[in-house]
Amino acid sequence: MAIKDRMSGNEAVSYAIRQINPDVMPAFPITPSTEIPQMVSTYIANGEIDTEFIPVESEHSAMSAAIGAQAAGARTLTATSSAGLALMWEELLLAASNRMPLALALVNRTLSGPININCDHSDGMGARDTGWIQIYAENNQEAYDNFIQAYPIAEHENVHLPIMICQDGFITSHAVENIKLLEDHAVKEFVGEYRPEEYLLNPGKPIAVGPYSVTNYAMEAKKNQEIALENAKDVILEVAKRFERISGRSYGLFEEYKTEDADYIMLLIGSAAGTAKQAAHNMRKEGKKVGVIKLRVFRPFPAKELSQALKNCKAVAIMDRCESYNGNGGPLGSEVTAGLFRNKVSVEAVNYIYGLAGRDFTVEDVYHIFEELADAVENGKETEQYQYIGLRK
Amino acid sequence: MSSGFEIRWHGRGGQGAKTAALLLADVAFQTGRYVQGFPEYGPERMGAPITAYNRISDKKIRVHSNIYTPDLVVVVDETLLHSVDVTAGLKQEGAIIVNTPKSREEILPLLGGYKGGVYTVDARKISVEALGKNFPNSPMLAAAVAVGHIMEREAFIAEMRASYQHKFAKKPEVIEGNMKALAMTFDALEEALKENMRQSA
Repeated sequence: MAIKDRMSGNEAVSYAIRQINPDVMPAFPITPSTEIPQMVSTYIANGEIDTEFIPVESEHSAMSAAIGAQAAGARTLTATSSAGLALMWEELLLAASNRMPLALALVNRTLSGPININCDHSDGMGARDTGWIQIYAENNQEAYDNFIQAYPIAEHENVHLPIMICQDGFITSHAVENIKLLEDHAVKEFVGEYRPEEYLLNPGKPIAVGPYSVTNYAMEAKKNQEIALENAKDVILEVAKRFERISGRSYGLFEEYKTEDADYIMLLIGSAAGTAKQAAHNMRKEGKKVGVIKLRVFRPFPAKELSQALKNCKAVAIMDRCESYNGNGGPLGSEVTAGLFRNKVSVEAVNYIYGLAGRDFTVEDVYHIFEELADAVENGKETEQYQYIGLRK
Repeated sequence: MSSGFEIRWHGRGGQGAKTAALLLADVAFQTGRYVQGFPEYGPERMGAPITAYNRISDKKIRVHSNIYTPDLVVVVDETLLHSVDVTAGLKQEGAIIVNTPKSREEILPLLGGYKGGVYTVDARKISVEALGKNFPNSPMLAAAVAVGHIMEREAFIAEMRASYQHKFAKKPEVIEGNMKALAMTFDALEEALKENMRQSA
């Protein structure tokens, strides 16, 4: 039986953590993710879960402790945002290369500077090549659902990689919205017990974690890690199918909204996808053939699947809530266009940078972008292939 | 295009405008509707202007942007009237509630010619009388529910009692005061609401 409730995105993730009852949580607070360790500590203090909470003096230590705990054989997680994730950078790579299936609740916030506490995806995107699985959420419901699916994906024998469950800072983390929760026993059954095959605190089967590798073998280790990340794609879909059976909610690598016959498609990540869907819904009523693709899984990157989904449209707006400072486009724009080229799909593609440092993204912005795409295709109007929306004039 | 009933709150950090918006989402949820309650932070410090928002709808709410054409505006701190354009985008058939000891007529010139419903609530006086301290958010929450016709008074009062019992589990002595503040606000607005109904009838 689904439990109808209302809560913020941070509360929803904390609620999922309570239901899972992981073994260890090292954490250091940073806005806007602070509420997650705060709420989990409260659950621990109230005796609702027996997770070992480790207060540390920095995020660098939080991720180090998480790797240590996971290596010892404990199911581990942490939470962070922005500069906190940046300070973990070295350890993020160690977690992935040492194949630690730990979970990180990332509440997306811009990186400095200027110093700012609000949402964009520069923290998560900055960590896109660290070897972690990255799953993004549109709202509190998806943040909750994704977190419940995190360990079954990460701990799968074909994967064994760390996983980042991301949601938009303040926009969903601090917004109270309706949610359907699963019962505790359903979540516990779904996630199951963690039984690692190899771990440090196993005297019968000693292993080494993180030793030096000579050049003769290091490259193979990296290739194996890459294969594991590719494997995650199928596992994410399998776990989603199993999750649908207990929740009735279906998930894929991305969600397609009214794209079947769409001439113009907007491709984006996170909470802005809801705004885009509402705008597309309104435009459809006026007979405009527009649709939205919400990318859920950014790592592994579904280049082939996205190219297939885009092959019949006339133009796509690829939306990046992150600047790459390379003069060529944002991370999503660059990867999608590379994917289109490699899969021999030729459609007009405009890469928009939006919503940096919490800049609002509105239904009107979506109308404007769809109109600009139509103008380019139907009237041949020249359009910058890489541009900003929502900048002060 | 709008997502149901939309409310914008103006307050200053520390006054509880965000808490009021979240409490409103809570009580509206109890009526079986879809809700959103969320803050927009400026600098993180006491006294800085903050904005909070509510959407209440019979349909699932997908939009995740701020609110630019609200049906109702609630001003928790009247000093903001001099620095913030509180009626920006406010629908002409909507309403604004200002926390002030001044009369409606005294406040009108500060509202940039706004033609919709204008209500004043002396939340400080109500709060001090009911609670012994100035916590304007309970009276302003009651005012938003009354003026926005979000739910019936009795149902609201019952929900709020349950909500306060949960929120103030460790300081139950403040529950009765807050309940009194809610009731006093409904009473204070009764005349004004009747009058407005006559005007629009």
